[in-house]
Amino acid sequence: MTDDQGRADRPPRKTTHKAVRRTPAQKTNGTSRTGLPAGGFTVDPPIANGSGPSSHQHNGHKPSSGPLPPAVADEPGDVWDDRVAKGLAFLRRRLAGDYEVDEFGFDAELTDKVFLPLLRLLYRDWFRTEVFGVENLPVDGPALVVGNHSGTVALDAVMLATALNDRTPNHRHLRLLGADLVFRMPIVSELARKSGGTVACNPDAERLLRGGELVGVFPEGFKGVGKQYAQRYKLQRFGRGGFVSAALRTGTPIVPAAIVGAEEIYPMLADIKPLARLLGIPYFPVTPTFPWLGPLGLLPLPSKWLIEFSPPIPTAHLTDQADDPLVVFNLADQVRETIQQTLHTLLERRPDPFGR
Amino acid sequence: MRSRPTGSVVVTGVSRFLGAHVAARLAADGRIGRVVGLDPHAPPPEFAHLLDGVEQVRGDAGSASTVIADLEAEAVVHLALATAPDPQNGGRAAMKEQNVIGTMHLLAACQKAPRLRKLVMRSSTAAYGASFRDPAVFTEDTEPREVPRGGFARDILDIEGYVRGFRRRRTDVTATVLRFTPFIGSGTDTMLTRYFARPVVPTVLGRDPRLQFLHIDDAIEIVHRAVLDDHPGTFNVAGAGVLSLSQAIRRAGRIPVPVIEPGLSAASNLVRNLGRSGYGLDQVDLFVHGRVVDTTKLVQEFDYTPRTTADAFDDFVAGHRGGAVLRREQLALAERAILDGIRQARATVQEKP
Repeated sequence: MTDDQGRADRPPRKTTHKAVRRTPAQKTNGTSRTGLPAGGFTVDPPIANGSGPSSHQHNGHKPSSGPLPPAVADEPGDVWDDRVAKGLAFLRRRLAGDYEVDEFGFDAELTDKVFLPLLRLLYRDWFRTEVFGVENLPVDGPALVVGNHSGTVALDAVMLATALNDRTPNHRHLRLLGADLVFRMPIVSELARKSGGTVACNPDAERLLRGGELVGVFPEGFKGVGKQYAQRYKLQRFGRGGFVSAALRTGTPIVPAAIVGAEEIYPMLADIKPLARLLGIPYFPVTPTFPWLGPLGLLPLPSKWLIEFSPPIPTAHLTDQADDPLVVFNLADQVRETIQQTLHTLLERRPDPFGR
Repeated sequence: MRSRPTGSVVVTGVSRFLGAHVAARLAADGRIGRVVGLDPHAPPPEFAHLLDGVEQVRGDAGSASTVIADLEAEAVVHLALATAPDPQNGGRAAMKEQNVIGTMHLLAACQKAPRLRKLVMRSSTAAYGASFRDPAVFTEDTEPREVPRGGFARDILDIEGYVRGFRRRRTDVTATVLRFTPFIGSGTDTMLTRYFARPVVPTVLGRDPRLQFLHIDDAIEIVHRAVLDDHPGTFNVAGAGVLSLSQAIRRAGRIPVPVIEPGLSAASNLVRNLGRSGYGLDQVDLFVHGRVVDTTKLVQEFDYTPRTTADAFDDFVAGHRGGAVLRREQLALAERAILDGIRQARATVQEKP
């Protein structure tokens, strides 16, 4: 685990002795911080996690969570001057169209400067996400990250992308593959494309992997996101395994990712099928808060999230067997089993879904 | 692969920008014998001087068989495609007549021409259709998922179907199909350049399509090379890279006005019914789905890299500075003014004890 200086500015939430002793040193770092609130939190090695929640530490971290701006910016060349200048330059570049968009529509600048900072608030402060096994992701070069899908609204996909950007040393972007429904919807489709997503189809997946990207896919699709709360953390069927053949054809390793926490954000108690059919969506969820509380019901419940990347499954030796259904199904099963087992171990580490 | 000098070449559509320029380029090339321009319309005065070295024949594609037979043409360059209905000249019916029936006639004439060795067809990336399930980047072997609703795109599918039939029947003829993205350049006048030249530009609400452009000079170069050398097959011809529509509008210094999609479709129908040249469903689909193609095959086979989409668009912007509403310099000035304002405000605050 590498805690760089920029994000090591807040006391850890863990109650291990090691973590507590580190606190003073980290506080001194906080004063020299210059960037925007860095999307970080302290993650200790996985072993430290079993210690469980404790409330007095939780209050301790709030005051130091972000340096307060000075009331008056009084020094020439101070932090806020710099920020205002950078912000204006950003605005000017955006208004003049001086930025790059790749062939999939990915706008790296907009993602880094606007989307990710917003998502980090959810990721860090709302869901208190902890990430394990980042070392299983390639530093550069391609990998297919396969995750479990849940949560009624696919927040797990964007949180996975945020986690990956936050935790990889060179802040890599996860290129998500989305259902065509996402690309049918105005506005949503453009947000998806600009943040690096594209339609889940083999040509796009293979093109991205050949370009050395990290590609994120959720083979359960709507069966996973739209399952009811009673079915939580039970992996659904993995479809035709198209993701496996994409990895095989390009010889890219598959990294299984288990995500715990998304199931509780919008616990789906019922599905009003006729209404869903009427609206042309795969399901119409009824949660404890939606639709009863109206727009307030759209607020995700603050569950505790754990994300674990498992060791990569190499596929380079199977490139010529991409069209063999047996190889594809076996590999898909292996990925599915890995995710399911990791989910169970993660759930044991998190006895209370809404704990710290 | 280099081929021997070509005898006579027939170019259709010489009354339009691309056709006139291609014909002029071919006529100026010493390796080519005669260049004959076939077009039912007289070229407008701005191109007329280009066609000095080109023999011109007035006639539609129906007369192609006599022209091709009389000339013993060795190469036919078919560029006479209408990309949008022209209400002054018969609207959509005439457009389909020219695109589909015209191509059928021309290919029938080509099939009977014994000395014909080469056929260069203008096509369009509209051949890939428009669907939400489309891959982000089309390669030449991507099949359209559904029949497009735009007239031009349907014509293109028909035309490419006829060329496939022609290839089967005349295996001795080198057929090159060039799928062009929309042309752009400082001097061209197309639907798209007129669109971006307006101060206020309508877009589809909630959609920001990825667009690619091809500089018109590169289009002329590619057609020229296709006539001189043998490049059998179908090729995407586009400038590398992508501009999103909003980005292109900003670079041109225009103001986007988002309109809801059903509204834009209805408006385009209305405009067409009123007999004004407007945006068809082809344009609406392009502005909803966008279209990006892979040009690896073109660059490898033609050994020529067209200038990038961004460069081609910059050239267009340079030629249309006049209509810009929000210029780059103005933005830079505004930025300076705000920063200076802050500095002054702080200086005043500091002066107070």
